[in-house]
Amino acid sequence: MIDVHAYAGILTREAIMFRRLWVSTTFASIVEPTIYLLAFGLGLGALISNINGYSYIEFVGTGSVATAVLFSSVFTGMFTTYVRRVYQKTYDGLLSTPVDVSEIMTAEGLWIAAKAGVYGCAPLLVAMCFGLPPSWGMLAVPFIGFLTGLGFGFFGQWLSGLVPSIDSFNYVTSALITPLFLVAGTFFPLTQLPQWAQTIAQINPLYHCVELVRHAVFGWEGWADVWNVAVLIMFVIIARYLSIRRLRKRLIG
Amino acid sequence: MTETPALRLQGVVKRFGALTAVDHLDLEVPEGVCLGLLGPNGAGKSTTMKMLTGQAIADEGTIEVLGFPVPAKSKQARGLMGVVPQADNLDEELTCAENLLIWATLQPIARKQRPQAVADALALAALTDRAHSKVGTLSGGMKRRLLIARGLVHNPRVVLLDEPTVGLDPQVRADIWVIIDRLRNEGVTVLMSTHYIEEAERLADDIAIMSHGRIIARGAPQQLLDTHVGTHALEFYGPPERLTEVEAIAEGMPTRRTGPSVSILRAESIPEAMHERLGAGTKRVANLEDVFVLLTGEVLE
Ligand SMILES: Nc1ncnc2c1ncn2[C@@H]1O[C@H](COP(=O)(O)OP(=O)(O)OP(=O)(O)O)[C@@H](O)[C@H]1O
Ligand SMILES: [Mg+2]
Repeated sequence: MIDVHAYAGILTREAIMFRRLWVSTTFASIVEPTIYLLAFGLGLGALISNINGYSYIEFVGTGSVATAVLFSSVFTGMFTTYVRRVYQKTYDGLLSTPVDVSEIMTAEGLWIAAKAGVYGCAPLLVAMCFGLPPSWGMLAVPFIGFLTGLGFGFFGQWLSGLVPSIDSFNYVTSALITPLFLVAGTFFPLTQLPQWAQTIAQINPLYHCVELVRHAVFGWEGWADVWNVAVLIMFVIIARYLSIRRLRKRLIG
Repeated sequence: MTETPALRLQGVVKRFGALTAVDHLDLEVPEGVCLGLLGPNGAGKSTTMKMLTGQAIADEGTIEVLGFPVPAKSKQARGLMGVVPQADNLDEELTCAENLLIWATLQPIARKQRPQAVADALALAALTDRAHSKVGTLSGGMKRRLLIARGLVHNPRVVLLDEPTVGLDPQVRADIWVIIDRLRNEGVTVLMSTHYIEEAERLADDIAIMSHGRIIARGAPQQLLDTHVGTHALEFYGPPERLTEVEAIAEGMPTRRTGPSVSILRAESIPEAMHERLGAGTKRVANLEDVFVLLTGEVLE
């Protein structure tokens, strides 16, 4: 049973905040992946004629969608959730109204996912300026971004409840987020890596996002894509479970 | 007359590791009563309030709010409860009206009624002309009024106020007292924690004195005075030796030492002979602070 008031309240809050902060939020979420895309796409693209039959800018342009989705979702999940819990005591206030931890985290996760779905399209638009031909499959990209962003939003929330202090995010970013982002097939095909690394990459949700986006743009691949979607859905379910359990522990004394 | 009380805590225990913050607490607040929860720092007042909203889970005992068991049905209870926390957690970067609108959306208020609820709350906080100011630009007193109005946006039947006037100047305190008085007149049940005696005396129908996680006395202000300290106190000032001497002479009478003075409580029943030996003191009306100090041995700030 879904409590409409609880979700409406949390999402109203997000929408009002966003109206105030959208310029900075949008800037940060779009500019960084675009810089990666341009640097790699134009810089390396001059040296590499093609990868698997695609020009390098097409290859990186589609891959960078996942980067944009990751950055906008996981960092929001981590930092925003931490700041609201520890410094602003927002959740202490919200929890005295008829909402529960699970509703707060789910609603905030949905908002993060919606933004990720939109911001994820930015690299695609940039790549189109550099010659990526439009295709109908591209219409699926916001949905892929949404699903991936939902998982990484919950994942970030979970991390925010796990760290002892906000400084610990430095370790999390270097040791966890950066490898996830590099070993996802964004900048080079994973077939370049040793077999064991390829196996590990299979459990990187971001890899499945990259695959789905490429297939959406260049042509679907049947069961392989069903599998990619299934992995992302599992990731969403597990990350949501971990997030809610962890934050309940932190917020309810 | 077996009406369900608005708030009922029975045998409630809350531990934080080795510390027992709330220790077998029994407390009932009938509907329509304003109960002042008076206690020093660390007595367990905020912890008690958090348990009433399901934000802290009791280790033992049972809690009911308007008949709803908490935490099992705390969500229903929270929809009928207004909570004003001790620490301000307004959204600083949003306006007053936006803060209130968010709360009006979270609470069970029909969409069409929300703008009116927000307008009423702004009027209650006397912030109608600041509706579109960011909270970050308000004074401390305005923020506190907004925080209270936010908790009242859905006309709750039970209101929890955790130290509503702590750290505020007398003018703001008086403004907030007016709001609380209004709630009492409307028949809202209020549980208000405070360490200001005057606040409890002035606003509460009933006072519970809390110390080390327990309620050690409970009753209407006058009743507490009658039971524990009588009507008058006789106060003596002087050097420590003089105070010790007074205490020795008053052997058998309840006394209270505060800094440079000692008060003999129940001055009205001091025997004539003792009166003569004591010499001249200052007779004053007994107050709740006397009750508090006598019972807890602690001094309120
Ligand atoms: N989350 C917590 N973890 C550990 N100890 C806690 C926690 N919350 C409260 N305590 C302890 O429980 C005791 C009661 O605290 P509480 O905040 O309920 O007191 P209070 O009566 O509200 O005091 P004050 O007047 O200072 O607000 C204190 O000793 C406090 O340190
Ligand atoms: Mg307190």
